[in-house]
Amino acid sequence: MADMMMETPVAAMTAPVETPEQSFAQPLAEPDLRQQVLVLQLTGSGLDAAVAGWSRYDGTGRSHPTMGDSDEPPYPTGVAALQDGWRLLQASQLLPPLPGHEHRTSYLPNEFWFTRLVRI
Amino acid sequence: MTALVDRKHLLTSVEMAQFVANGAILLNGVVPDELNARAIDVLDAGIPGHPYGTDLDTAYPQGSFVRELLEVPAVAGAVQSLVGPNPRIDHQAVHIRPPHGGEAQAMHADAVIDTRTQGFDVQLMYYPREVTLEQGGTLSVPGTHLREINESSIGRYQNLRGQTRLVCPAGTVAFLHHGIWHGGRRNDSDAPRYMFKIRFNPTVRQVRLWNTDDIDSPDVVKALKSPVPWAPYAESRLEWVNRAKLWRELTADPLFDIDYYLTREAMRPTAVAPGATDPRLGAGGAGSGWGL
Repeated sequence: MADMMMETPVAAMTAPVETPEQSFAQPLAEPDLRQQVLVLQLTGSGLDAAVAGWSRYDGTGRSHPTMGDSDEPPYPTGVAALQDGWRLLQASQLLPPLPGHEHRTSYLPNEFWFTRLVRI
Repeated sequence: MTALVDRKHLLTSVEMAQFVANGAILLNGVVPDELNARAIDVLDAGIPGHPYGTDLDTAYPQGSFVRELLEVPAVAGAVQSLVGPNPRIDHQAVHIRPPHGGEAQAMHADAVIDTRTQGFDVQLMYYPREVTLEQGGTLSVPGTHLREINESSIGRYQNLRGQTRLVCPAGTVAFLHHGIWHGGRRNDSDAPRYMFKIRFNPTVRQVRLWNTDDIDSPDVVKALKSPVPWAPYAESRLEWVNRAKLWRELTADPLFDIDYYLTREAMRPTAVAPGATDPRLGAGGAGSGWGL
């Protein structure tokens, strides 16, 4: 199996001219934009299912959404968030239960992350 | 607390079924005003701690304030119904949130994954003063208590449909299943918010400890099937399965079921029907395949 043991390929790179700190301190290309994030827990695995849970994170710093700050969801469904301009960032996979855990319940399985950019 | 509680103060079967479904029961304003008035000084002064698992009689001897609280008939009846006589005191905590003070906790459950399925601990939460919406009373999510999560790993969940933000009159006592998802909220009012918590460990099997006169009431199953608005549709049936399993434990009735789910799952016939053909007919050998 020795011939199967290969080094992890590394993409061709030019020699670095800056430290990571210097490079990541470069000014933003769009300095007046910030990200807002919306996480929706849905009652089904499709985006057209009803909203069961919601969390918000505000990159503008103008608000501080927190636990228990509202009783009504911002949208009735995931699709309604799309229609209001949110862009889907990530969707849950459908994962089979582990053997012996077919009836157990745990974290909410239908989680969708949305994002949008806003001016500050 | 060895004395049994008068039957009329015990929870009913329907109330126990509601607890199994919701993971919480609220006794609004059951503590007398005179005790509530004394509670503030007691909680301000602090209540002496004790090691985990201390006997109730040792932790709260006769004549102590907490003993008086636990002897309020409705409180004693709920404790006996949920965890039985002579529970151990796991731990206690005094929570005083100052005016305009604190930040909301992340949603969490206390305190690590608890794999017990036969029973549960109960947390008593006593509110000696009225709790208004602005005071940021405990938020909890009914029906989440049977889900296996690890403490604040659910901190991502800020709001869930069906969540309840506690608003209650002075002298209210809440009893929570140890697994319920909850969190303290920020106090946005001008008044401090007081809460005293005790966690009880049962020392007996939690079997038929309540007033079972109504055990056959159709409202029992109705309560066990109460919906949870935050649950994925497909998982709401799994919640029923897990409630049925717990109800089997609490009633010592191994055949109890909701909508036949556990009964169907247990079907493993072993008899071969007399009319079945000889199993050797048409049987393939272990090496069948490979186009042979």
